[in-house]
Amino acid sequence: MSETGRSTWRRALRRDWQLYSLAVLPLLFFLTFRYLPMLGNVIAFRRFQPGGSLFGEYWTGLRYFRLFLTDPTFWSVFTNTLVLGALTLLFCFPLPIVLALLLNEVRSRALKRFVQSVSYLPHFLSIVIVAAMVMQLLSVDGTVNQFLRAVGAEPVAFLQQAGWFRTIYVSSEVWQTVGWGTILYLAALTTVDGDLYEAARIDGASRWRQTWHVTLPGIRPTMMTLLILNIGTFMAVGFEKILLLYNPLTYPTADVISTYLFRVGIVSGNLSYAAAIGLFEAVIGLTLVLSANAISRRAVGTSLW
Amino acid sequence: MSVDARARGRASRPRGPRPTRGYRIFQAVNAVVLTGVVVVTVYPFLTIVARSLSDNAAIVAGRVNLVPRGFNLTAYRVVTSDPAFWVSYRNTVVYTVVATLVSVVLTTCYAYVLSKRHLRGRTALVGVAVLTMFFTGGLIPNYVLVTSLGLKNTVWAIALPNAINVFNLLVMKAFFESLPVELEEAAAVDGLDTYGTLLRIVLPLSKAMVATMVLFYAVSFWNSWFAAFLYMDRQDLLPVTVYLRNLLAGATDATQTGGGLGSANDVVQSAATIQSVTIVLTVLPILAVYPFIQRYFVSGIMLGAVKG
Repeated sequence: MSETGRSTWRRALRRDWQLYSLAVLPLLFFLTFRYLPMLGNVIAFRRFQPGGSLFGEYWTGLRYFRLFLTDPTFWSVFTNTLVLGALTLLFCFPLPIVLALLLNEVRSRALKRFVQSVSYLPHFLSIVIVAAMVMQLLSVDGTVNQFLRAVGAEPVAFLQQAGWFRTIYVSSEVWQTVGWGTILYLAALTTVDGDLYEAARIDGASRWRQTWHVTLPGIRPTMMTLLILNIGTFMAVGFEKILLLYNPLTYPTADVISTYLFRVGIVSGNLSYAAAIGLFEAVIGLTLVLSANAISRRAVGTSLW
Repeated sequence: MSVDARARGRASRPRGPRPTRGYRIFQAVNAVVLTGVVVVTVYPFLTIVARSLSDNAAIVAGRVNLVPRGFNLTAYRVVTSDPAFWVSYRNTVVYTVVATLVSVVLTTCYAYVLSKRHLRGRTALVGVAVLTMFFTGGLIPNYVLVTSLGLKNTVWAIALPNAINVFNLLVMKAFFESLPVELEEAAAVDGLDTYGTLLRIVLPLSKAMVATMVLFYAVSFWNSWFAAFLYMDRQDLLPVTVYLRNLLAGATDATQTGGGLGSANDVVQSAATIQSVTIVLTVLPILAVYPFIQRYFVSGIMLGAVKG
């Protein structure tokens, strides 16, 4: 068995060595920049010294994990992560479906295409640009405060108040992602069998009931797939955007696990401690995807793998 | 992807002999809602452009909305006469070109290998890539790695760690798989080896796909800021996104420390015009290519979704 296995490998190598040679550099990339960092997580269990070994100096066991489990800041950023993740899921998952259904009812193809093209424009912007626009719109002399002043209210320094951060974060997230999110749903909508609508119509279903009983079940596999993917990114809430938008005044609601580990690790240099937090976050994220996938497979028969 | 064809089929789907009154009301409401979506999406762009062209005093007074007040190009002159801005702009161009080149070459090579169904070990090679979509090393180990490889303050800190995007890889692999096998067999019969087939037969047939990949990568590298923010210590190495980020961060500090002081407020306000101009100039290349790229992106994301 192993003898023949080895000889077919040898034959494959002789025949396809040029193909294998093309894979060398990409594989080197994956090993160095994807798999080595995974192993590099052992520094969460070891004492890392700057300039020292990639994998740390000596074992510390679970010291860093114990450290953050008793760290009050950790629990506050943990809560913030959950709240922001939940809010993002609550708004950024269903709204593309709604927009896709609305677009689907537009008769004029030109209009439909125009609305679509405009709505996914923000997806192509740098997160820095989005943050900059948010700051300009919400500044004291910005649009929102102009409106407030016009209705006789006091201007609000939105970005300096912790109470506003979640609203700002989620609405800018919706602004940037909703149009792009509709693409897959619109594609899925085109595959719904037209005969089903006809049958529903003959049974006397109104348009609303057709949407409820034909359209939505028709795109359910797409919805489930995207839901699982969304849950997978639950813990990794908009790290870059938060980093750009938050400031010490809004830390109480804006600081999430990833921004905290950025400050602890990169700004303050406690790399082992930050790695432990990062590993914890990644494990929760992975657990979430795996369980969402398993639940979805059992409940509706759709899964990522 | 014949999405358009399918969309047309869908449009002609019978959905009732005549619209009811309720449905006509819905159509009207729908039109209003969708117009609202367009307005909300476009408004921030227009107001930034208006601010960039306005007089400082008008902005401070909160009078600038969609129309520039006290039209002038002073802020544009200030920004474009700042050498640091042009240095960062040039850096962005250089980083984008280098990183895109590396990415497209590596992605093409690996996608081509993965598209060969007969290849022994192909499943494992696909698995190596796909697994990284679900589990990654995380920020800190990556930072330690890039730092200890001595990539800090070089373009490679931006180009190498993100050289292959697995999603793009799968899109390209699907495309190569759709090419007729006979062509490459004929090339082999005519004596071309694998490299020759790739360079002289496959790539010329894949111009549209390669162009799409160039756009995918170029847009993402043009927009990226975090890698440079982490790994570039020197002012003269920053890309324009980080230049803009530093402008923003500076303004925030000024608002915090200046609190109410007239002079500090002036700094903030002039910063607002400068920021608007920088936003406009940074986003301009993206807006210029947007009409050409968005179609490719759309078919790309659907191809990727189909292949999973």
